[in-house]
Formats: sequence, structure tokens, C-alpha cells
Amino acid sequence: MSTVASLGVERLTCIRGQRVLFRDLSFRVAGGQILSLEGPNGAGKTSLLRLLAGFLVPAAGRIALTAGAATIDDAEERGRLIGWLGHHDAAKPQLTPLEVLAFFAGLYRSDAKIADALAAVGLAAVASLPCQYLSAGQKKRLALARLKISNRPVWLLDEPLASLDAGGKRLAAEFLDAHALFGGIAIAATHEPLGIACERLVLGAPA
Amino acid sequence: MIPLFLRDIRLASRAGGSAALALAFFAAVATLVPLGVGADLRLLARIAAGVLWVAAVLAALLSLDRLFQADFDDGSLDLLALSPLSLESIAAAKIAAHWLTTGLPLTLLSPLLGLMFGLPPRAIAVLGLSLLVGTPSVSALGAIGAALTLAVRRGGLILPLLVLPLLSPAVIFGAGAVQAVLDGLSNGALLFLAAFSVAATLLSPFAAAAAVRLNLAG
Repeated sequence: MSTVASLGVERLTCIRGQRVLFRDLSFRVAGGQILSLEGPNGAGKTSLLRLLAGFLVPAAGRIALTAGAATIDDAEERGRLIGWLGHHDAAKPQLTPLEVLAFFAGLYRSDAKIADALAAVGLAAVASLPCQYLSAGQKKRLALARLKISNRPVWLLDEPLASLDAGGKRLAAEFLDAHALFGGIAIAATHEPLGIACERLVLGAPA
Repeated sequence: MIPLFLRDIRLASRAGGSAALALAFFAAVATLVPLGVGADLRLLARIAAGVLWVAAVLAALLSLDRLFQADFDDGSLDLLALSPLSLESIAAAKIAAHWLTTGLPLTLLSPLLGLMFGLPPRAIAVLGLSLLVGTPSVSALGAIGAALTLAVRRGGLILPLLVLPLLSPAVIFGAGAVQAVLDGLSNGALLFLAAFSVAATLLSPFAAAAAVRLNLAG
């Protein structure tokens, strides 16, 4: 994993439809830091994550990733450093967790051990069962394993704790903790405490 | 690109994939036409190329709306977009996988159906060849339509309206090539079909990728 020094956002403005979600948002997350992104429904948490991932183009402002000495401004290049855990779990109903993870490991050119990753999230017993038989919590665990094997220095997570049981929530916290320990950055939109030491950013209520 | 290509083939071949569906649709349409037209073998042989080409295009379109949609709906497309692959190569891999799981099986089935329509062996050979050469353009141009209608609710219904006009050259040259054999004419249609197919296949990934990019931002 290449170490990323920091992720900086300067005077970022996001407009969706005709609505201004946030204006002149500035913050900085350093390597080893976890940011908990909070705020009411519709405050723009998901939009901010999609902006950072490069899916959305900001109406104004700048997002810069500093990796070593280089500053990455290009959205597509930035995307190559980002591990994504979105609302949807990308668990193909016809494929088994083993196949899903093997596919993403191949795609992301990761040499992580698939079986170990599945065991780490407690899915070893259902590793060869098609994902359509998995519960929502199990799919979220699979998404966590996928995030881990993606080997990316910046994690963007949208509601990582949703539908997880108490053990799953502990697991997610451990993953985030270990990621930060190795110098990674994580930004997680969440409605509940992440259960670890983190910075907080609260987005305002929609205007 | 290879992992994505292999995954799409695996998805198409599993239960809930649409490869077998396209094949069954093709066979069903080709079986219904003689029932409707009647058992006049000379008439059937004359319309065979047109009917089979149209049926093949419709069958391939049937499975195209899921090309990007399934990955869009379950969040896979976001992850694909963040992968080291460019969206262009993602589109190319998907087009290739779609052709291998629909275009190629349709081509392989076509001699049997040609026989059913009373086509002479030489015409059957050209029919198979024209489908082999022409079906990649169906997957490729279809992928543009699939990418454009990604965020449209029930986009699968608009997709054929967008794509069918683009595919008229393939149908004209493909059926024309078979007709030329029946009429004993020299055959340039296959070359035109090949040129059309190559151009469509080379350019489509760029158009499809641009449409996907637009829809991810929507």
C-alpha cells in the first residue's frame, strides 16, 4: 500500500439538481486519520463521498490528494487510490463470496489471500454459497472484506455499519483502526458512532 | 480486462443469466414465422435471411439492457470505475463477453434454422458467415444504447428504439449477402458488413464509456 500523506478539500461546493447541498466546505484529513462524516438525511454525505471518489464533479472548489511529494488533482488518477464501500454491496446474486472476492482481487491487482479475508469477516462457512442466499449483514461483511483486499490507501465508506450486528460493527471498527494504524485515510458517512477514535465533520441541515 | 470478461461470461452462463434466453428467443421466432407464412419452401427460402437476421438482432438486444444495468444497480459499476481499468476497456470487455455469450451461440444455431427454412447449403454457409461477421456490431452498438439508458427507469424498453436504427446497415448487408447467393450474384455485401462491424466494434467502447461516465455522475 502506497502511503498517502493527506487528503485536502478546499472551498468545495456541491449542487445537486437546483439545490446547494453545501458551500465552501474545507477540511483536511491526514494519513492515519479517520473522519466520521455526520449530518441529517439529505445533508450531502453521500454526495461528498461521490465527489471525493471522482464520480461527481464539484460546482466549485478543489480536492487534492497528496501522495509522497506529488499532489494528485486528476479525478481518475485519484480514483486509483480509493477503496469504496457504497450503499450497495456489489454482491452478484449468482456468484459465491469466494468468486466475488477473487474477481475484485484480480481486477484491483491485489495479491491478498481470499480465504483469509473471508475468514476474517466470518464468512468462511458460506464462502461457496451464492450471494443471493446471504443476509444483508453478511453482504456488508463481504463488502468489508472486499474493501480490505482492495489495498487502497484512502477508504470512502457510506454507512459502513448499516445492517451489521454487534460483532460486525466491532469488526468494522477493527478494520478502520488497522487501516489508520498503517497510515491509511478513512472517511465514513455514518449515523452511529464508529466505535473508534476519530475526527468528526458535521454537514448542515439541507437549506 | 480478462477478469471482467471471464466474470461476465460466468454471470451469463449461470441461472438468471440471459445467454440461454436469447438463444431460445431466436429459435422461437424462427419457428413461428414458418407457422405463420405457411409451408411454402420456396417462399420461406426467399425470406429466410431477412427473418433470421432480424430475429438474431432482436434476440441479442433482449439481453443487452442488463449489460451495464445490473452492475449499476448493485454498485459494481462504481467499483469497476475505481479499478485500474479505464471505462473504455470495461466497455470493451463487456461487449466481448456479450458477443461470446449471445452473438456466437446465435451464429452457431443459425445453420439449423436455415435448414428449416429450406436454404441451400451455400446460402446457409453465407448466412452463418454473415452472422459471425455482423453480430459483433450488434453487441457493440447495443452497448452504447445500454450505457445511455442506464439511469432511465425501464430503459430496456427505449433501448431497442435507440439501437435498431443504428443496426439497419448490419441487417441490410447481412441479409443481402445471403440473398446474393440465392440470386447467383457476386457478393460484396459481406465486405460492407465486415467494414461496418469493425468500425462499430472499434468506436463503440469510447461512446459507451462516455455515456457510463455521464450516468455515474447523475
